[in-house]
Amino acid sequence: MTTSTAKVATRRAYFDGIRDGLPFVFVVIPFSTLFGVVATDAGLTLAQAMGFTVLVIAGAAQFAALQMMMEDAAFALVLLAALAVNLRMAMYSASLVPYLGAAPMWQRALVAYLNFDQTYLTSVTRYEARPEMSVRERVQYFLGVATPITPFWYVMTLVGIYAGTAIPDAWALDFILPITFLAMVAPMLKSPAHIAAAAVSIIVALLLIGLPSGTGLLIAAFAAMITGAAVETWLENRA
Amino acid sequence: MSYTTTEIWLIIAILAVGTFLIRFSFLGLIGDRPMPPLVLRLLRFTPVAVLPGMVAPLVLWPAATGGQPDPVRLIAAVATLAIGLWSRNVLWGIIGGAFVLYAGLGITALL
Repeated sequence: MTTSTAKVATRRAYFDGIRDGLPFVFVVIPFSTLFGVVATDAGLTLAQAMGFTVLVIAGAAQFAALQMMMEDAAFALVLLAALAVNLRMAMYSASLVPYLGAAPMWQRALVAYLNFDQTYLTSVTRYEARPEMSVRERVQYFLGVATPITPFWYVMTLVGIYAGTAIPDAWALDFILPITFLAMVAPMLKSPAHIAAAAVSIIVALLLIGLPSGTGLLIAAFAAMITGAAVETWLENRA
Repeated sequence: MSYTTTEIWLIIAILAVGTFLIRFSFLGLIGDRPMPPLVLRLLRFTPVAVLPGMVAPLVLWPAATGGQPDPVRLIAAVATLAIGLWSRNVLWGIIGGAFVLYAGLGITALL
């Protein structure tokens, strides 16, 4: 491939990423707004609420921290709860290594900052479907997915801070997030091994619901990954 | 809430650094060193291993209804999954699920 065609392919990957990231704007808008509303309600200043959204940039963990703070939990417990919720991202990080490991350090750092559920899942689905993508194209695609999502994530928290309690509960904004996750997971159930992994994930997570936030999910995810790999190996050997 | 301003900012700072380090961890440290095939095989199941377990409690015991199972949310969840399986398209799943959710909430409000 000549340099100019490589450049075109890289730019194409970035715009493909933007296109695939766009639908999540509709999810990020309510979720981020809700954080602004709840954070202000809990007594955080504008700067503090925005600090969470821009620096931590992890919705579920931000809500977990806020929940603990509203209960006046001990300082260390607030941190533990929120970080535990984010531990799944260590798995995301590991699973990106085969695809992005060869990228320059600063690009990997940038991807790490933007590595949340939507960007990760969308990108990894694409990488799997197109093994011929170059590392450059993969990085551009990832940044493309993040491009429409991230600004809305920042700005809508601000809107939530100002809108305050003007948003009625009847909008059921809480349930937009589960719907997104379900919509993301459905197309991934493409083999018996994937279905088995999903089933184990659900069962173990529900059984361990009493454990401190995040830990049950981590164990469930480990069990599910082992199940998926085992079922896949077994099916391959049988064939 | 009874934290000092310094404490709140410390929480934000530590969470920011901690979350970044979690996200950077493997990607930053391993780089392009090869990983064993078994590890790669396990990692390919990451999304499907994390998401279902994360969503299941949210669907069964939504915080918005005080942790009580809610028929409307359950039906919306099943619809999202069904549409997603059938269309293999994330956007259709979200649109269909949201439609069923609001239709359901609208009908219950009228009853």
